[in-house]
Amino acid sequence: MSQTAAGALTPESADGSGPPADNYLTHAHGVRSWLFTLDHKRIAVMYLVGILGSFVLGGVFALLVRTELIRPGPTIMSKDMYNHMFTLHGAVMIFLFIIPGIPAVLGNFALPLLVGAKDVAFPRLNLASLWLWMIGAVFFVVTLHVGGLDTGWTFYTPYSTETPSAVIPAALGAFVLGFSSIFTGINFIATIHKLRAPGMTWFKMPLFCWALYATAIIQVLATPVLGITILLLAAERVLEVGIFNPKWGGDPVLFQHFFWFYSHPAVYIMILPGMGVISEVVAVFSRKHIFGYRFIAYSSVAIAVWGFLVWGHHMFTSGMTPLAAMIFSALTFSVSIPSAIKVFNWLATMYKGSISLATPMCYALAFLFLFGIGGLTGLFLGTLSTDVHLHDTYFVVAHFHYVMFGGAMIAFLAGLHYWWPKITGRRYAERWGQLGALLTFLGVNLTFFPQFILGSRGMPRRYYDYAGLLDRHPDFQQLHVLSSIGAYLTAVAITVVLGTLIHSVFRGRPAPANPWGGATLEWQCASPPPYDNFASTPTAGDPYAVDEFEYDPAIDGYVRRSAPNPPGPCPVPSHD
Amino acid sequence: MTEPHAALAAQPADHPPHLAHHFDTLRQQFEAGKLGMWLFLVTEILFFGGLFCAYAVYRAIHPEIFVFAHHYLDKNLGAVNTAVLIFSSLTMAWAVRCAQLNQRRGLVACLAVTLVCAGVFLGVKYVEYSQKWQHGLLWAGWFKPVDEPGDPANAPSGEHGEQPRDVGIFFSIYFLMTGLHGLHVVGGMGVIAWILVLAARGRFSSQYYAPVDFTALYWHLVDLIWIFLFPLLYLIGP
Repeated sequence: MSQTAAGALTPESADGSGPPADNYLTHAHGVRSWLFTLDHKRIAVMYLVGILGSFVLGGVFALLVRTELIRPGPTIMSKDMYNHMFTLHGAVMIFLFIIPGIPAVLGNFALPLLVGAKDVAFPRLNLASLWLWMIGAVFFVVTLHVGGLDTGWTFYTPYSTETPSAVIPAALGAFVLGFSSIFTGINFIATIHKLRAPGMTWFKMPLFCWALYATAIIQVLATPVLGITILLLAAERVLEVGIFNPKWGGDPVLFQHFFWFYSHPAVYIMILPGMGVISEVVAVFSRKHIFGYRFIAYSSVAIAVWGFLVWGHHMFTSGMTPLAAMIFSALTFSVSIPSAIKVFNWLATMYKGSISLATPMCYALAFLFLFGIGGLTGLFLGTLSTDVHLHDTYFVVAHFHYVMFGGAMIAFLAGLHYWWPKITGRRYAERWGQLGALLTFLGVNLTFFPQFILGSRGMPRRYYDYAGLLDRHPDFQQLHVLSSIGAYLTAVAITVVLGTLIHSVFRGRPAPANPWGGATLEWQCASPPPYDNFASTPTAGDPYAVDEFEYDPAIDGYVRRSAPNPPGPCPVPSHD
Repeated sequence: MTEPHAALAAQPADHPPHLAHHFDTLRQQFEAGKLGMWLFLVTEILFFGGLFCAYAVYRAIHPEIFVFAHHYLDKNLGAVNTAVLIFSSLTMAWAVRCAQLNQRRGLVACLAVTLVCAGVFLGVKYVEYSQKWQHGLLWAGWFKPVDEPGDPANAPSGEHGEQPRDVGIFFSIYFLMTGLHGLHVVGGMGVIAWILVLAARGRFSSQYYAPVDFTALYWHLVDLIWIFLFPLLYLIGP
């Protein structure tokens, strides 16, 4: 649109010593050149700004909730306001932040670079996805202004068909955001199928691409079901179609089935791309070839497929035949196998590696720890007998947040720090980055570990007041206080993280083309990349041949070894 | 940087006008577009899938409602609409062939006939809907059948046994499924009209006919969904 033809590219500096004068950030100027851009990198940057804004908004809601719970009885808000706050925290975090988070920001930026393409397959669809995200965000803002939302982010019927709060604007927002997500998914599948560089076979793709591919499958197959569910909910409120209303022969539990048919796979939309980020980071910062490439790749696809078959575990207490409950429980247990395969392969990659504790690796290590806790506590919830006890308690809240904050969000931060020099052309202050990672790790644990204890001892989720429970459980008070202090610590940590990153944009040193010694294609173009990514189509080799690169102190970055291994595509180890 | 890949070092001058900058060949662009279109159709199937699922659930739980209520639908009008849509799929497929063979007049004519068929379909649908509206045969919350003895559209109440409970849920599903399908017909008409204008301006050729092809894929899906809706809603049991 507003860009000029990409004929006059400044070739990136051959030694990677500094950012080229003409890059995607400087290629065109003005607000229109951003809002109407078709460049995947600019779309990713705009997504990043919007998504971080949503994260801060959702985080403020979370802090208000935790402040209210710091002591029993009313603290800072009314009961109704509390219901609105936890609902909006969930809805904003899920629909505006974490679903688009990694795919639309890091995926959009990195995927075409990783496969050696000039853009995603459908740049206009990509821009439409961003615009739909913005429209969805507007719907949520409208929701805030016309009565809020107090249904919980799950919109469960029959309450959601009767509450006076603004269910329809919020539901339409989620509907529009669903299409935003579908467009991203369609784009990524077509890009991976059709735009890979010469030499890049399926099994020479970076594992982040496999993860995005598996994510895109879920986005394409699951999100439309959420769309129709939300339309039915809106039709229920406006027209009284009765599909979910027993008054006319409908069934509220059917809503739960429809909702979780999307929303369980959706948690894999949130975590799978994060696992892809961790695969890249662990290999590069261990200076070792990834271990078990094919197992990690296949396990992404296995999670995507299996994820469609376990939605019933959200409804063990909603009324379901014992046979169905047993089948869903067994399938839930089996879906943990591919996740565990990934974790063991990451550990094996680190084994005897030359591990550097750069900021992205700090996040990756935090991920392994937190995702381990989050994943293993999921097994308690997949077990029928214990789930009856733990259902709708803080145990579920803690499990979910260990996986989502400790998993998806930490992986997002890992990837953001990993690709930050490529995105901005600047290096952040490493010490501050590490401090941010440490504080985040401590904050998450302090917030959510007490919630495991609270939940296992019977503290129900979504309660405004727990004064009545203190007679039998006086220590609930301290645990709630600890959790709230953890939330404040997390807020401090996020402030440090964002402050470090923003500081680097203005004061950071210029980044070399390859600051970490990665062997994937994005490190072959300059930091930040030129408008067209690659002056000529690159040829792909082994994406994890990190030992072909050595550190050059002169540029504070990595360059290909002067006496390289035999040229041409490197053989992929066959031991896996 | 690695050395340029010889075969793919495309010069900008080689780029045909319809080839986007990030594709190397028209063939690659066409295949990517076609894959994207198929993926979109998959999302459409799952979108309707929710309603088909609701249909299956309620028909399994309350078969008597479906047997009783389907007599209120006009099989003849449904059959006419089925024939009209299948014929429009033929003309749409023919339009793609015309584009591939550089036959501009044929392309315009086929698209125009498809558009007319879609209009006829919606006209018939309007007649059906307005009959239901007059007789109060609406979705569950608004279901208030008007008792008019001698009216064929309202006759079955005695003829087919007692009215079961919650008959309205059948009409909820009927209106939701045919309504959503109707919206897709309207959307398809918009796209076909747009393609028609471009075709009249001579925008398509044997080198570049992807938009016609992709629109046809969409239109066939809209047709196919109706082919499922017709027996499921109109041709139930005795």
